[in-house]
Amino acid sequence: MNFRPRINLVMVLYLLFLMLPIYWLLNMSLKTNTEILNAFTLWPETLTLDNYRTILSDPAWYMGYVNSIIYVTMNTVLSVAVALPAAYAFSRYSFLGDKHLFFWLLTNRMAPPAVFALPFFQLYSSVGLFDTHIAVALAHTLFNVPLAVWILEGFMRGVPKEIDETAYIDGYSFGHFFVKIFMPLIASGIGVAAFFCFMFSWVELLLSRTLTTVDAKPIAAIMTRTQGAAGIDWGVLAAAGVLTIVPGALVIYFVRNYIAKGFALGRV
Amino acid sequence: MEKTVNQKAWFLVLPVLLLVAFSAVIPLMTVVNYSVQDTFGNNQFFWAGLDWFRQMLEDERMWNALRRQVIFSGVILAIEVPLGVLIALNMPKRGVMVSVCLVLMSLPLLIPWNVVGTIWQIFGRVDIGLLGHTLAALGVDYNYTQDALDAWVTLIVMDVWHWTSLVALLAYAGLKSIPDAYYQAARIDQASRWAVFRYIELPKMTGVLTIAILLRFMDSFKIYTEPFVVTGGGPGNATTLLSIDLVKMALGQFDLGPAAAFSIMYFLVILLVSWVFYTVMTNLDQQGGK
Repeated sequence: MNFRPRINLVMVLYLLFLMLPIYWLLNMSLKTNTEILNAFTLWPETLTLDNYRTILSDPAWYMGYVNSIIYVTMNTVLSVAVALPAAYAFSRYSFLGDKHLFFWLLTNRMAPPAVFALPFFQLYSSVGLFDTHIAVALAHTLFNVPLAVWILEGFMRGVPKEIDETAYIDGYSFGHFFVKIFMPLIASGIGVAAFFCFMFSWVELLLSRTLTTVDAKPIAAIMTRTQGAAGIDWGVLAAAGVLTIVPGALVIYFVRNYIAKGFALGRV
Repeated sequence: MEKTVNQKAWFLVLPVLLLVAFSAVIPLMTVVNYSVQDTFGNNQFFWAGLDWFRQMLEDERMWNALRRQVIFSGVILAIEVPLGVLIALNMPKRGVMVSVCLVLMSLPLLIPWNVVGTIWQIFGRVDIGLLGHTLAALGVDYNYTQDALDAWVTLIVMDVWHWTSLVALLAYAGLKSIPDAYYQAARIDQASRWAVFRYIELPKMTGVLTIAILLRFMDSFKIYTEPFVVTGGGPGNATTLLSIDLVKMALGQFDLGPAAAFSIMYFLVILLVSWVFYTVMTNLDQQGGK
């Protein structure tokens, strides 16, 4: 393959296709509602930041972002923490029922959230966790823990077993070895697993909306507020949408060098 | 890798087991419970046996939703997989552009699903959306809230927009793992571009593509938020996919028994297909030596 400095047409068209709808959202978020509804303009004629001001000055709005970030973080930490030892067990040992257990875990990744919405609502109400960040974080472990186990297992398989054995001969205890030697070796795997947990918890709406009313309501659910008596407040809706893209974009930027390998779940 | 037999490994798996038991088994048992009982309110339940299952199986409603769902998943897989591979093949080889492309491509993946819906809802509107407006200006009669076909096209384009990058990134990861020596050998043999793709690139991508297809199948089969925001299942029932129908039944009408029976059958279908994929995938893992 020769070095080609120009970027090719397929890629340009594809990126254009990806960016256009996002640009349109950004464009709308910078317009006044009058301009959105009355004039069709390709870029804002009268640039305004009022829509963003509305969101960032009203606790009912911006607390949604805080809530989302709290439960997403809790979920990511929890999922990766419990998945680490389990993934180690799956990658190193064979034990009674290991294959069945692994597939059973994966089935939870496949379960449609719609199936679980009502039972979750009843379960968390009955244990008094309804409308808390913990409830959403726990509910999201349903699909994130299996995914984290799956990803981490893939990465751990790539670490030669001799390393474990040498460490044990050198007198390391399991815990010591795991934290001091093993975890740094699969650091990129942990990063990728955390990235995926963050991603799927951040984008999910059905469960987080069902499990919250006020205190832990995620931003995605608050966005429905823009449907007021006077119709939809398009400008604010678009601004809220743009702001939900920002955390994702930041996270992607930080992990950009691991994305390609990470998406293969360590199986390349 | 040879694995040591060690039953104590169960202790390492225990935290996951407890957590998943709480967040999956208890709710699932609730569903099973509802599916075999009937209630007249006041938390009084009566044994209903398999009546709900029978009722659902005889009901056109579930079959229609299932048919729409199969068509939807089939169409998006047929578009996204080849397109994703094409995109991966056209990725820049090195330099800053690689990072730029990767970041831009991943962007749709991290947008909350209802925002994805909102983006396309706005984008497709004839009065304020770029797509709808442009199509109207070109004289195309396009209205996704009125016309079933337009609604379908919008949903499919939206899903392609949302998820093709996932397939592309997986395929790209597969391509990156091919050593340069393979390409050099192919050049010495004067292999055509097609032969390189067919005999070098495609075999190396099989593993990751299986993962891609598995993930896309699972996720498209349980899609809810995006179509709900864009079309709400309409016009009529034209885009009422399985999850939308289920939520209508369970949370909208509180028909617990039928909804639970529906849930279980829904889950079983996904389970069956995923099991087939999973078996294929593990076999590939073992053959290809990872």
